[in-house]
Amino acid sequence: MTATVRIELPAHLRTLAGVGREVALEIDGAVTLRSALAALEARYPMLRGTIRDQVTHQRRPFLRFFACQEDLSHEPPDAPLPEAVVSGKEPLIVLGAIAGG
Amino acid sequence: MSSVRVLVGTKKGAFILTADGKRKNWDVSGPHFGGWEMYHLKGSPADPNRVYASQTSGWFGQLIQRSNDGGKTWEPVDNKFVYDGIPGTHQWYDGTPHPWEFKRVWHLEPSLTDPDTVYAGVEDGALFRSTDGAQSWQELSGLRKHGTGPRWQPGAGGLCLHTILLDPASPKRIYIAISAAGAFRTDDGGETWRPINRGLHSQYIPDPNAEVGHCVHHIAMHPSRPNVLFMQKHWDVMRSDNGGDSWQEVSGNLPTDFGFAIDVHAHEPETLYVVPIKSDSEHYPIDGKLQVHRSRTGGNEWEAMTKGLPQKDCYVNVLRDAMSVDSLDDCGIYFGTTGGQVYCSADAGDSWNPIVRDLPAVLSVEVQTLR
Repeated sequence: MTATVRIELPAHLRTLAGVGREVALEIDGAVTLRSALAALEARYPMLRGTIRDQVTHQRRPFLRFFACQEDLSHEPPDAPLPEAVVSGKEPLIVLGAIAGG
Repeated sequence: MSSVRVLVGTKKGAFILTADGKRKNWDVSGPHFGGWEMYHLKGSPADPNRVYASQTSGWFGQLIQRSNDGGKTWEPVDNKFVYDGIPGTHQWYDGTPHPWEFKRVWHLEPSLTDPDTVYAGVEDGALFRSTDGAQSWQELSGLRKHGTGPRWQPGAGGLCLHTILLDPASPKRIYIAISAAGAFRTDDGGETWRPINRGLHSQYIPDPNAEVGHCVHHIAMHPSRPNVLFMQKHWDVMRSDNGGDSWQEVSGNLPTDFGFAIDVHAHEPETLYVVPIKSDSEHYPIDGKLQVHRSRTGGNEWEAMTKGLPQKDCYVNVLRDAMSVDSLDDCGIYFGTTGGQVYCSADAGDSWNPIVRDLPAVLSVEVQTLR
Protein backbone atom coordinates (compact mmCIF):
# COMPACT_ATOMS: atom_id res chain seq x y z
CA MET A 1 0.00 0.00 0.00
CA THR A 2 1.28 3.47 -0.91
CA ALA A 3 0.63 6.49 1.30
CA THR A 4 1.16 10.12 0.38
CA VAL A 5 2.73 11.86 3.34
CA ARG A 6 3.15 15.60 3.75
CA ILE A 7 6.32 16.88 5.43
CA GLU A 8 6.71 20.48 6.55
CA LEU A 9 10.28 21.75 6.56
CA PRO A 10 12.03 24.65 8.34
CA ALA A 11 12.89 27.66 6.21
CA HIS A 12 16.58 26.94 5.64
CA LEU A 13 15.88 23.41 4.45
CA ARG A 14 13.16 24.64 2.07
CA THR A 15 15.75 26.96 0.51
CA LEU A 16 18.34 24.21 0.36
CA ALA A 17 15.97 21.76 -1.33
CA GLY A 18 14.32 24.41 -3.49
CA VAL A 19 10.81 23.57 -2.27
CA GLY A 20 7.89 25.32 -0.62
CA ARG A 21 6.69 24.95 2.94
CA GLU A 22 5.59 21.37 2.43
CA VAL A 23 6.61 18.44 0.30
CA ALA A 24 4.42 15.42 -0.49
CA LEU A 25 6.10 12.02 -0.66
CA GLU A 26 4.82 8.62 -1.60
CA ILE A 27 5.81 5.91 0.86
CA ASP A 28 5.39 2.19 0.29
CA GLY A 29 4.78 0.05 3.35
CA ALA A 30 4.78 1.19 6.97
CA VAL A 31 4.75 4.95 7.48
CA THR A 32 7.23 5.68 10.25
CA LEU A 33 9.74 8.41 11.06
CA ARG A 34 12.42 6.23 9.50
CA SER A 35 10.55 5.56 6.25
CA ALA A 36 9.35 9.17 5.96
CA LEU A 37 12.84 10.61 6.41
CA ALA A 38 14.32 8.02 4.06
CA ALA A 39 11.79 8.99 1.39
CA LEU A 40 12.54 12.67 1.98
CA GLU A 41 16.31 12.15 1.62
CA ALA A 42 15.90 9.95 -1.44
CA ARG A 43 13.86 12.62 -3.19
CA TYR A 44 16.03 15.51 -1.96
CA PRO A 45 19.57 14.17 -1.47
CA MET A 46 20.86 17.60 -0.44
CA LEU A 47 18.95 17.14 2.83
CA ARG A 48 21.05 14.13 3.84
CA GLY A 49 22.70 14.84 7.16
CA THR A 50 20.69 17.98 7.85
CA ILE A 51 17.89 16.35 9.86
CA ARG A 52 19.51 13.14 11.07
CA ASP A 53 23.06 11.83 11.15
CA GLN A 54 23.92 10.02 7.95
CA VAL A 55 25.47 7.03 9.74
CA THR A 56 23.66 6.66 13.07
CA HIS A 57 20.36 8.19 11.89
CA GLN A 58 20.18 10.06 15.22
CA ARG A 59 17.99 13.15 15.06
CA ARG A 60 20.07 16.34 15.10
CA PRO A 61 19.76 17.82 18.59
CA PHE A 62 18.24 21.18 17.62
CA LEU A 63 15.46 19.61 15.57
CA ARG A 64 12.14 18.11 16.68
CA PHE A 65 9.39 16.13 14.99
CA PHE A 66 5.76 17.11 15.57
CA ALA A 67 2.44 15.89 14.15
CA CYS A 68 -1.18 16.20 15.22
CA GLN A 69 -0.10 18.49 18.10
CA GLU A 70 2.10 15.75 19.51
CA ASP A 71 5.87 15.73 20.00
CA LEU A 72 7.14 12.63 18.21
CA SER A 73 10.83 13.49 18.63
CA HIS A 74 11.49 10.70 21.09
CA GLU A 75 9.31 8.04 19.47
CA PRO A 76 11.11 4.93 18.21
CA PRO A 77 12.02 5.43 14.53
CA ASP A 78 10.00 2.41 13.48
CA ALA A 79 6.82 3.32 15.39
CA PRO A 80 3.85 3.97 13.10
CA LEU A 81 3.07 7.66 12.55
CA PRO A 82 -0.46 8.85 13.43
CA GLU A 83 -3.22 7.83 11.03
CA ALA A 84 -3.86 11.47 10.12
CA VAL A 85 -0.26 11.71 8.83
CA VAL A 86 -0.54 8.43 6.93
CA SER A 87 -3.75 9.63 5.26
CA GLY A 88 -2.22 13.00 4.38
CA LYS A 89 -4.69 14.92 6.50
CA GLU A 90 -1.95 16.30 8.77
CA PRO A 91 1.72 17.00 7.98
CA LEU A 92 4.76 15.65 9.75
CA ILE A 93 6.50 18.82 10.92
CA VAL A 94 10.29 19.08 11.13
CA LEU A 95 10.85 21.98 13.49
CA GLY A 96 14.03 23.85 14.40
CA ALA A 97 14.57 24.89 18.00
CA ILE A 98 14.02 28.55 18.72
CA ALA A 99 17.64 29.27 19.53
CA GLY A 100 19.65 31.92 17.89
CA GLY A 101 22.80 33.87 17.58
CA MET B 1 42.95 43.27 -17.61
CA SER B 2 43.56 41.63 -14.26
CA SER B 3 40.89 41.54 -11.63
CA VAL B 4 40.38 40.23 -8.13
CA ARG B 5 37.63 38.20 -6.54
CA VAL B 6 37.42 38.22 -2.75
CA LEU B 7 35.55 35.29 -1.18
CA VAL B 8 34.19 36.28 2.22
CA GLY B 9 32.70 33.82 4.70
CA THR B 10 30.60 35.33 7.49
CA LYS B 11 28.43 34.16 10.36
CA LYS B 12 25.31 34.70 8.26
CA GLY B 13 26.25 33.97 4.67
CA ALA B 14 28.92 34.32 2.00
CA PHE B 15 29.75 37.42 -0.02
CA ILE B 16 31.79 37.78 -3.17
CA LEU B 17 33.54 41.10 -3.77
CA THR B 18 34.98 41.81 -7.21
CA ALA B 19 37.02 44.66 -8.70
CA ASP B 20 39.41 45.35 -11.51
CA GLY B 21 43.12 45.59 -10.87
CA LYS B 22 42.85 49.12 -9.51
CA ARG B 23 40.82 47.76 -6.59
CA LYS B 24 38.87 50.99 -6.12
CA ASN B 25 35.35 50.22 -7.33
CA TRP B 26 33.84 47.06 -5.94
CA ASP B 27 30.85 44.94 -6.82
CA VAL B 28 29.30 43.07 -3.90
CA SER B 29 27.40 39.83 -4.50
CA GLY B 30 25.50 38.09 -1.72
CA PRO B 31 24.49 36.96 0.71
CA HIS B 32 24.92 33.47 -0.66
CA PHE B 33 23.48 30.86 1.73
CA GLY B 34 21.99 33.66 3.85
CA GLY B 35 21.63 32.81 7.52
CA TRP B 36 24.21 30.00 7.45
CA GLU B 37 27.67 30.14 8.97
CA MET B 38 30.11 30.15 6.07
CA TYR B 39 33.38 29.13 7.66
CA HIS B 40 35.52 29.17 4.52
CA LEU B 41 35.41 29.52 0.75
CA LYS B 42 38.39 28.91 -1.50
CA GLY B 43 38.97 28.72 -5.24
CA SER B 44 41.06 26.16 -7.08
CA PRO B 45 44.45 27.49 -8.24
CA ALA B 46 44.15 25.12 -11.20
CA ASP B 47 40.70 26.37 -12.23
CA PRO B 48 39.64 29.67 -10.61
CA ASN B 49 36.00 29.10 -11.54
CA ARG B 50 35.93 26.05 -9.27
CA VAL B 51 35.18 27.28 -5.77
CA TYR B 52 34.46 25.19 -2.68
CA ALA B 53 32.54 26.47 0.34
CA SER B 54 31.92 25.18 3.85
CA GLN B 55 28.33 25.87 4.93
CA THR B 56 27.40 24.96 8.48
CA SER B 57 24.70 25.42 11.08
CA GLY B 58 24.04 24.41 14.65
CA TRP B 59 20.61 23.21 13.56
CA PHE B 60 21.30 21.47 10.28
CA GLY B 61 24.96 20.45 10.44
CA GLN B 62 27.52 20.59 7.67
CA LEU B 63 27.11 21.10 3.95
CA ILE B 64 29.73 21.52 1.25
CA GLN B 65 28.90 23.67 -1.75
CA ARG B 66 30.72 23.72 -5.06
CA SER B 67 30.65 26.30 -7.83
CA ASN B 68 31.93 25.86 -11.37
CA ASP B 69 31.37 29.48 -12.40
CA GLY B 70 33.28 31.50 -9.84
CA GLY B 71 30.49 31.62 -7.28
CA LYS B 72 27.56 32.66 -9.46
CA THR B 73 25.78 29.33 -8.98
CA TRP B 74 26.34 26.55 -6.50
CA GLU B 75 25.50 22.90 -6.01
CA PRO B 76 25.59 20.95 -2.76
CA VAL B 77 28.08 18.08 -2.88
CA ASP B 78 28.97 15.35 -0.41
CA ASN B 79 28.71 16.24 3.26
CA LYS B 80 29.42 12.82 4.74
CA PHE B 81 32.55 13.08 6.88
CA VAL B 82 33.05 9.75 8.63
CA TYR B 83 36.17 9.05 10.66
CA ASP B 84 38.20 6.08 9.53
CA GLY B 85 37.70 3.07 11.85
CA ILE B 86 36.75 3.39 15.48
CA PRO B 87 37.72 6.96 16.28
CA GLY B 88 38.50 6.56 19.99
CA THR B 89 39.03 9.62 22.17
CA HIS B 90 40.95 12.84 22.48
CA GLN B 91 41.12 14.91 25.66
CA TRP B 92 38.33 17.19 26.76
CA TYR B 93 39.03 20.62 28.27
CA ASP B 94 39.35 19.07 31.72
CA GLY B 95 41.74 16.35 30.57
CA THR B 96 39.17 13.54 30.55
CA PRO B 97 38.80 11.31 27.46
CA HIS B 98 36.21 12.57 24.99
CA PRO B 99 34.96 10.72 21.90
CA TRP B 100 35.98 12.07 18.53
CA GLU B 101 32.88 13.71 16.99
CA PHE B 102 32.62 15.46 13.64
CA LYS B 103 31.26 18.99 14.07
CA ARG B 104 32.16 21.16 11.08
CA VAL B 105 34.62 21.97 8.32
CA TRP B 106 36.84 24.93 9.20
CA HIS B 107 39.02 25.09 6.12
CA LEU B 108 38.95 23.86 2.52
CA GLU B 109 42.21 23.72 0.58
CA PRO B 110 41.96 22.88 -3.14
CA SER B 111 44.91 21.12 -4.76
CA LEU B 112 47.45 23.31 -6.52
CA THR B 113 47.14 21.27 -9.71
CA ASP B 114 43.83 19.35 -9.81
CA PRO B 115 40.47 21.14 -9.45
CA ASP B 116 38.80 17.90 -8.32
CA THR B 117 41.16 17.32 -5.41
CA VAL B 118 40.42 19.25 -2.24
CA TYR B 119 41.36 18.88 1.42
CA ALA B 120 39.05 19.63 4.35
CA GLY B 121 40.23 20.48 7.85
CA VAL B 122 37.54 19.55 10.36
CA GLU B 123 36.55 19.77 14.00
CA ASP B 124 37.18 17.45 15.84
CA GLY B 125 40.73 17.64 14.49
CA ALA B 126 41.10 15.55 11.35
CA LEU B 127 41.99 15.94 7.70
CA PHE B 128 39.80 14.66 4.87
CA ARG B 129 40.48 14.57 1.13
CA SER B 130 38.26 14.31 -1.91
CA THR B 131 39.62 13.43 -5.34
CA ASP B 132 36.28 13.63 -7.17
CA GLY B 133 35.32 17.26 -6.78
CA ALA B 134 33.88 16.78 -3.27
CA GLN B 135 31.49 14.03 -4.34
CA SER B 136 33.01 11.85 -1.61
CA TRP B 137 35.41 12.32 1.29
CA GLN B 138 38.00 10.03 2.86
CA GLU B 139 39.89 10.71 6.07
CA LEU B 140 43.70 10.83 5.97
CA SER B 141 43.64 9.07 9.30
CA GLY B 142 47.39 8.70 9.66
CA LEU B 143 47.29 12.18 11.20
CA ARG B 144 44.79 11.38 13.94
CA LYS B 145 46.28 7.94 14.55
CA HIS B 146 49.96 8.78 14.53
CA GLY B 147 50.23 8.44 18.28
CA THR B 148 49.61 11.76 20.02
CA GLY B 149 45.92 12.00 19.03
CA PRO B 150 44.57 10.82 22.40
CA ARG B 151 46.48 13.72 24.02
CA TRP B 152 45.04 16.46 21.81
CA GLN B 153 42.87 18.98 23.61
CA PRO B 154 40.52 21.58 22.08
CA GLY B 155 41.20 25.29 22.09
CA ALA B 156 38.44 27.71 23.05
CA GLY B 157 36.99 27.44 19.54
CA GLY B 158 37.02 23.65 19.52
CA LEU B 159 39.50 21.00 18.37
CA CYS B 160 39.73 22.49 14.90
CA LEU B 161 42.07 21.71 12.03
CA HIS B 162 42.24 25.21 10.57
CA THR B 163 45.43 25.45 8.49
CA ILE B 164 46.36 23.36 5.45
CA LEU B 165 49.46 24.35 3.44
CA LEU B 166 50.35 22.44 0.29
CA ASP B 167 54.03 22.56 -0.67
CA PRO B 168 54.33 23.59 -4.34
CA ALA B 169 57.87 22.19 -4.57
CA SER B 170 57.18 18.80 -2.93
CA PRO B 171 53.68 17.60 -3.84
CA LYS B 172 53.68 14.99 -1.06
CA ARG B 173 54.50 17.50 1.67
CA ILE B 174 51.56 19.03 3.54
CA TYR B 175 51.59 21.15 6.69
CA ILE B 176 48.53 21.37 8.93
CA ALA B 177 47.74 22.99 12.27
CA ILE B 178 45.21 22.18 14.95
CA SER B 179 44.10 24.21 17.97
CA ALA B 180 45.30 23.25 20.47
CA ALA B 181 47.39 20.27 19.32
CA GLY B 182 49.96 22.16 17.26
CA ALA B 183 51.54 21.85 13.83
CA PHE B 184 52.13 18.62 11.90
CA ARG B 185 53.79 17.65 8.62
CA THR B 186 53.53 14.78 6.19
CA ASP B 187 56.15 14.02 3.54
CA ASP B 188 54.29 11.12 1.94
CA GLY B 189 51.03 12.68 0.84
CA GLY B 190 49.20 12.21 4.12
CA GLU B 191 49.96 8.59 5.03
CA THR B 192 52.24 9.38 7.96
CA TRP B 193 52.61 12.52 10.03
CA ARG B 194 54.81 13.95 12.71
CA PRO B 195 54.45 16.89 15.09
CA ILE B 196 56.62 19.91 14.19
CA ASN B 197 56.46 21.97 17.34
CA ARG B 198 60.09 22.13 18.52
CA GLY B 199 60.89 25.63 19.69
CA LEU B 200 57.29 26.53 20.56
CA HIS B 201 56.91 27.60 24.17
CA SER B 202 53.41 27.77 25.68
CA GLN B 203 53.14 28.67 29.34
CA TYR B 204 49.47 27.67 29.52
CA ILE B 205 50.22 23.93 29.22
CA PRO B 206 51.80 21.72 31.91
CA ASP B 207 55.02 21.23 29.92
CA PRO B 208 55.56 24.51 28.06
CA ASN B 209 57.85 22.77 25.54
CA ALA B 210 55.68 19.69 24.97
CA GLU B 211 55.66 17.77 21.69
CA VAL B 212 51.95 18.58 21.23
CA GLY B 213 49.41 20.82 22.95
CA HIS B 214 50.38 24.22 21.52
CA CYS B 215 47.56 26.49 20.41
CA VAL B 216 48.74 27.36 16.92
CA HIS B 217 46.39 29.96 15.46
CA HIS B 218 47.59 30.10 11.86
CA ILE B 219 50.58 29.40 9.62
CA ALA B 220 51.56 31.14 6.38
CA MET B 221 54.05 30.26 3.65
CA HIS B 222 55.39 31.99 0.56
CA PRO B 223 55.15 29.60 -2.38
CA SER B 224 58.68 30.40 -3.59
CA ARG B 225 60.18 29.26 -0.27
CA PRO B 226 58.04 26.46 1.10
CA ASN B 227 60.57 25.55 3.78
CA VAL B 228 60.04 28.92 5.46
CA LEU B 229 56.94 29.06 7.63
CA PHE B 230 55.50 31.91 9.68
CA MET B 231 53.18 31.17 12.60
CA GLN B 232 50.85 33.22 14.72
CA LYS B 233 50.59 31.19 17.89
CA HIS B 234 48.11 31.93 20.69
CA TRP B 235 50.86 34.15 22.03
CA ASP B 236 54.09 34.61 19.99
CA VAL B 237 54.83 35.06 16.31
CA MET B 238 57.21 32.30 15.20
CA ARG B 239 59.34 31.44 12.19
CA SER B 240 60.82 28.21 10.85
CA ASP B 241 63.47 28.00 8.15
CA ASN B 242 63.52 24.22 7.95
CA GLY B 243 60.00 23.10 7.18
CA GLY B 244 58.90 23.24 10.79
CA ASP B 245 61.71 21.10 12.23
CA SER B 246 62.42 23.97 14.60
CA TRP B 247 60.92 27.38 15.35
CA GLN B 248 62.22 30.66 16.66
CA GLU B 249 60.29 33.61 17.99
CA VAL B 250 60.14 36.73 15.79
CA SER B 251 57.62 38.79 17.78
CA GLY B 252 60.29 41.49 18.20
CA ASN B 253 58.78 44.92 18.83
CA LEU B 254 55.12 44.00 18.34
CA PRO B 255 52.92 45.79 20.90
CA THR B 256 51.33 42.42 21.70
CA ASP B 257 52.18 39.10 20.13
CA PHE B 258 48.71 37.62 20.61
CA GLY B 259 46.62 37.41 17.46
CA PHE B 260 45.07 35.12 14.91
CA ALA B 261 45.83 36.13 11.32
CA ILE B 262 49.22 36.08 9.57
CA ASP B 263 50.13 36.29 5.90
CA VAL B 264 53.05 36.89 3.53
CA HIS B 265 53.40 39.46 0.72
CA ALA B 266 52.91 37.86 -2.70
CA HIS B 267 56.24 39.06 -4.12
CA GLU B 268 58.40 39.68 -1.05
CA PRO B 269 58.86 36.45 0.91
CA GLU B 270 60.33 38.30 3.91
CA THR B 271 57.41 40.74 4.20
CA LEU B 272 54.82 39.59 6.76
CA TYR B 273 51.54 40.91 8.11
CA VAL B 274 49.86 40.31 11.47
CA VAL B 275 47.04 42.01 13.36
CA PRO B 276 48.05 42.31 17.01
CA ILE B 277 45.18 41.62 19.41
CA LYS B 278 45.40 42.75 23.03
CA SER B 279 45.17 39.41 24.81
CA ASP B 280 43.52 36.01 24.95
CA SER B 281 40.96 37.34 27.41
CA GLU B 282 40.26 40.52 25.43
CA HIS B 283 39.88 39.67 21.77
CA TYR B 284 40.20 43.22 20.44
CA PRO B 285 42.98 45.64 19.45
CA ILE B 286 44.94 47.63 22.03
CA ASP B 287 43.34 50.98 22.99
CA GLY B 288 40.63 50.61 20.33
CA LYS B 289 43.17 51.17 17.52
CA LEU B 290 43.02 48.70 14.64
CA GLN B 291 46.53 48.21 13.29
CA VAL B 292 48.12 45.83 10.83
CA HIS B 293 51.77 45.33 11.61
CA ARG B 294 54.19 44.70 8.78
CA SER B 295 57.68 43.31 8.94
CA ARG B 296 59.95 43.60 5.93
CA THR B 297 62.69 41.63 7.63
CA GLY B 298 60.96 38.28 8.08
CA GLY B 299 59.94 39.19 11.61
CA ASN B 300 61.40 40.89 14.70
CA GLU B 301 61.20 44.42 13.26
CA TRP B 302 57.58 45.51 12.84
CA GLU B 303 55.91 48.76 11.80
CA ALA B 304 52.29 49.74 12.45
CA MET B 305 50.09 50.32 9.40
CA THR B 306 47.24 52.60 10.44
CA LYS B 307 46.33 54.85 7.50
CA GLY B 308 42.65 54.33 6.75
CA LEU B 309 42.05 52.06 9.74
CA PRO B 310 40.01 53.22 12.77
CA GLN B 311 42.28 54.58 15.47
CA LYS B 312 39.73 54.99 18.21
CA ASP B 313 36.79 53.05 19.64
CA CYS B 314 37.47 49.97 17.53
CA TYR B 315 36.97 46.67 19.36
CA VAL B 316 36.71 44.09 16.59
CA ASN B 317 38.73 40.91 16.13
CA VAL B 318 40.39 39.55 13.00
CA LEU B 319 40.04 35.78 12.90
CA ARG B 320 42.67 33.29 11.73
CA ASP B 321 41.43 32.70 8.18
CA ALA B 322 40.32 36.30 7.63
CA MET B 323 43.47 37.68 5.95
CA SER B 324 44.65 37.10 2.40
CA VAL B 325 46.81 38.65 -0.33
CA ASP B 326 46.41 39.02 -4.08
CA SER B 327 49.27 38.59 -6.53
CA LEU B 328 48.89 41.72 -8.65
CA ASP B 329 52.08 43.72 -9.28
CA ASP B 330 51.20 46.02 -6.38
CA CYS B 331 50.36 43.30 -3.89
CA GLY B 332 46.96 43.78 -2.28
CA ILE B 333 46.38 42.84 1.35
CA TYR B 334 42.87 42.08 2.63
CA PHE B 335 41.34 41.31 5.99
CA GLY B 336 37.88 41.01 7.51
CA THR B 337 36.72 41.80 11.03
CA THR B 338 34.15 40.48 13.43
CA GLY B 339 32.49 43.89 13.04
CA GLY B 340 31.69 43.10 9.41
CA GLN B 341 34.29 45.27 7.67
CA VAL B 342 36.50 43.98 4.88
CA TYR B 343 39.54 46.21 4.33
CA CYS B 344 41.79 46.30 1.28
CA SER B 345 45.22 47.80 0.88
CA ALA B 346 46.29 48.12 -2.75
CA ASP B 347 49.76 49.32 -1.74
CA ALA B 348 51.14 46.48 0.38
CA GLY B 349 49.70 47.81 3.61
CA ASP B 350 50.67 51.49 3.47
CA SER B 351 47.01 52.58 3.29
CA TRP B 352 43.67 50.90 3.73
CA ASN B 353 40.10 51.33 2.52
CA PRO B 354 36.98 49.45 3.54
CA ILE B 355 35.40 47.49 0.68
CA VAL B 356 32.33 46.88 2.83
CA ARG B 357 31.55 48.06 6.35
CA ASP B 358 28.46 46.27 7.53
CA LEU B 359 28.58 42.56 6.77
CA PRO B 360 27.90 39.96 9.46
CA ALA B 361 30.98 38.96 11.48
CA VAL B 362 33.67 37.87 9.03
CA LEU B 363 35.03 34.36 9.51
CA SER B 364 37.25 34.05 6.45
CA VAL B 365 38.69 36.02 3.53
CA GLU B 366 40.33 34.48 0.47
CA VAL B 367 41.43 36.36 -2.63
CA GLN B 368 41.61 35.10 -6.19
CA THR B 369 43.75 37.04 -8.67
CA LEU B 370 42.17 36.63 -12.10
CA ARG B 371 44.17 37.37 -15.25
